[in-house]
Amino acid sequence: MSDTAYVQLLDLACGAFLLAAVLVLWRRELAVIVRVFALQGLALAAIVAVIAGHDRSAELGALACGILALRAGLLPWLLRRALAGAGPAKETRPLVNVAASLLGAAVLTMIAYAVSGPLVTLAPSPATHAVPVGLTVVLIGFFVLVTRRRALSQVVGFLLVDNGITATAFLTTAGVPLLVELGVSLDVLFAVLVLQLLATRIRDTFGDTDLDELQELHD
Amino acid sequence: MAHPTTLLLAAPIALPLLGAAIYAAAGWRRGTAFTGAGCAAGLLAAGIALAVRTSQPGAAALTAGPLRADALSAYMLVAIGAVALLATAATPSYLRAELAAGRASPRTCCRHGVLVQAFLAAMALAVLAANLGVLWVAVEATTVITAFLVGQRRTRTALEAAWKYVVICSAGIALAFLGTVLLNFAAAHTPARPGLDWAALAAGATQLDPDVTRIAVALLVVGFGTKAGLAPLHAWLPDAHSQAPAPVSALMSGVLLTVAFYAVLRVKAIADPAVGAGFTRALLAGIALISLAVAASLLLAQRDYKRMLAYSSIEHMGLLALGAAAGSRLAITAVLLHILGHGLTKAALFLCSGRIQQSTGTSLVAGVRGLAADQPVLATAFGLGIAALTGFPPFSLFASELGIARAGFSSGLGWVTAAALLLVLVIAAAMAGHTGRMLLGAAPDRGPAGQPAGAGTGTAHRRLPAGTAVPLMAGLVACAALGIAAHPVHQLLLNAADTLIGAP
Repeated sequence: MSDTAYVQLLDLACGAFLLAAVLVLWRRELAVIVRVFALQGLALAAIVAVIAGHDRSAELGALACGILALRAGLLPWLLRRALAGAGPAKETRPLVNVAASLLGAAVLTMIAYAVSGPLVTLAPSPATHAVPVGLTVVLIGFFVLVTRRRALSQVVGFLLVDNGITATAFLTTAGVPLLVELGVSLDVLFAVLVLQLLATRIRDTFGDTDLDELQELHD
Repeated sequence: MAHPTTLLLAAPIALPLLGAAIYAAAGWRRGTAFTGAGCAAGLLAAGIALAVRTSQPGAAALTAGPLRADALSAYMLVAIGAVALLATAATPSYLRAELAAGRASPRTCCRHGVLVQAFLAAMALAVLAANLGVLWVAVEATTVITAFLVGQRRTRTALEAAWKYVVICSAGIALAFLGTVLLNFAAAHTPARPGLDWAALAAGATQLDPDVTRIAVALLVVGFGTKAGLAPLHAWLPDAHSQAPAPVSALMSGVLLTVAFYAVLRVKAIADPAVGAGFTRALLAGIALISLAVAASLLLAQRDYKRMLAYSSIEHMGLLALGAAAGSRLAITAVLLHILGHGLTKAALFLCSGRIQQSTGTSLVAGVRGLAADQPVLATAFGLGIAALTGFPPFSLFASELGIARAGFSSGLGWVTAAALLLVLVIAAAMAGHTGRMLLGAAPDRGPAGQPAGAGTGTAHRRLPAGTAVPLMAGLVACAALGIAAHPVHQLLLNAADTLIGAP
C-alpha cells in the first residue's frame, strides 16, 4: 500500500481505538460497555493488520487474526456470559460522574502525550507518532479500574489496560517475541476466567457484585 | 536426545508439574499426601546441583532454549526449594485438621495439591527464564494460579481478599509489561538488537536510549514491586496473606515476594549502566522508606496476628529495596542472604500462625492468651520466629540487616538508612508487644468470646503434630545455622552478587 494510505489507515484505526476507550467512560449500561470493548478489540486487530500490510509480514498478519479472535471474540463473549447471570446491569454509582470522567480522559490524554515524547524522538515514524494513543488507553483503563464499582466494569478496566499495552507494543516495535505474546495472551485469558469465577462466587455469597460490599478487610 | 544440562535446567519446572499431574490424577489421599514435599525436595536438589555447577571457577551460565541459570538463578532456586519443602511438608497435617473441622473437602485438598505444585513450577520458571518477557509471563501466572488458593475457604473475607489480590496484582504487573514493551523498543534501536534476553540487555545496556529506558525502568520497578509487596501498590498483601491457608501464606510470603524482587534486581542490573546508578537508587530508596513507614504505622495498632506477619513482610521487602538501592557488593550479598533468611523464618511463622488459628479459632491477637502455658512448643517456635524477624542473633536476619545497614551508610544513603533503622526499631517494638500479649499470661478458659465472623471455634488438638513441628523447627534451625555459619552458601552468595553488579 502507498505511504499516505498507510498513515491514514493507521490513524483511522488508532482513532477508533481511542474513541472506544472514551465511550467506555461515557456509557453506563454494562452490556453497551462490553460491546464497545469488542469494537476496541476490532480496532486493535485493524492496527496490527495495517502494520502487517505495510511491512508485508505474514507473521504479523497471523497475529492480527489471533488478536481479533481473542479480543473481539472470546473475551467479549466471556464478559457477556458473566453479564447474563448478573443483576441490574448498570454502573449505578461510579465514584466519579460521567462529565468529570470525560474531562479526566482529556487530562490523561495530555499526560500520555507528554510522557511519550522520548519514545517518539527515539524513532520518529507514523507508527511511533501514534504511541500516545496506546498510553492514553492504558491510563483510561486504570481510571476505570479505580473509579468503577461493578465487578464487570473493573474487569473491563483491566482489559483496557492490556489492550493499550498491546497497541503500544505493536506501534513501537511490531510486537514482542511470539513466545511472549502467546504467554501474555494466555495469562490475560486466565486472569479474566479467574475474575469471572470469583465474581460468580462473590455474587453467590454477597448477593451482588457491587464491590462497595467488599470492605470487611481493612486496618 | 536430551542433554544433561537441559535436563538439570528443566527439572525444577518439570518436577512440580509432575507433582501437579499426580494430584490431578490420584487426588489427595494418604499415599499422595507427601508427593508435594517430594517434588519440593527434588526442586531443592536441582537448585543445589545448579549452584554447584555455576559456582565452579570459570563456569559460565548454563543455557537451554528459553532457560538460563547463573549463580543468582541457582540461589533463588535453593531459596524456593527450601521454603517449598517446609510448606509442603507441613501441608498434610494442616489439611488433616481442616478436613476434620469441616472447613475443607477432599476435592478442596486435591485442588490445593495441584495448584501449589503449579505455583512452584511457575516460580521456578520465573527465576530460570532467560527472557524478561517470559519472566513476566511466569510472575503473572503465579497470580492466576494462587487466586483460588487465597479464596480457598470461600468465606466472604477470603473471596474479598482473592478479588483484590487478582485485580491489584494483575493491574500492577501490567505496568511491568508496559515497561518490558518500552525496553524492547529501546533495545530494538541499539546496534546489537538484544531483544528481551536480559543477559544480552545487561551486556549492551550502555547503548540503550537513556530517556526511553528511564520510563521503562520506572514502570518495571513499580510493576514488579507491586507483586513484591512494595509500596505504593501493596494493599493486596495483608488481605491475601491473612486469608490464604497457612502453607500457601508461607509460600507467598516466603518466596513469591522475593521472586518478584528478583525481577527488580535483574532490571536494576540493566538500568544502572544505561541511565546511571542514581536513578534506580533514588527510586528504590523512596519505595523502601514508604514501605517501611506503611508497615510501621499499620503494625503499631494491629489486632490480627496474621496481618501482623503480612505487614512484617512489607517491612522486610522494604529492607531488601534499601539494600538494592545501596547496590554495593556487600549490600547485594546481604540482600540475597536476607531473602533466604526471611523466607525460612516467615514460612515457619505462617505455619505457626495457621496452627494457632486452628487451635484457638481466631486470628485476633486479643483472642490468644497464655499460649506459652497452653501450647509450649508452638509458643516457643512463634516467639523464636518473631525474635528472628526483629533481627536478633543468632538468626541470619541479624547478619543480613547489619550488612544492609552498613552498606547503606557507606554508600551515601546515610539519612535514608538512619530513618529506615528507626522505623525498623518501631516495628520490632510493636511486634514484640503484640507477641508478648499472645504468649504470656495465664492459659485462658476456652470459650467462643472474641471470635471473628467466619472463623470456627478451636477444633484442633492442643498437642502439636509432628508433621507441623518438624518443618517449623527445621525452618528456624536452618535460619539460625545460616546466621552462625553462612559458610556453605558464602561462595554462592558472592557469585550471585557478582552476576548482578558485573564484577569479575
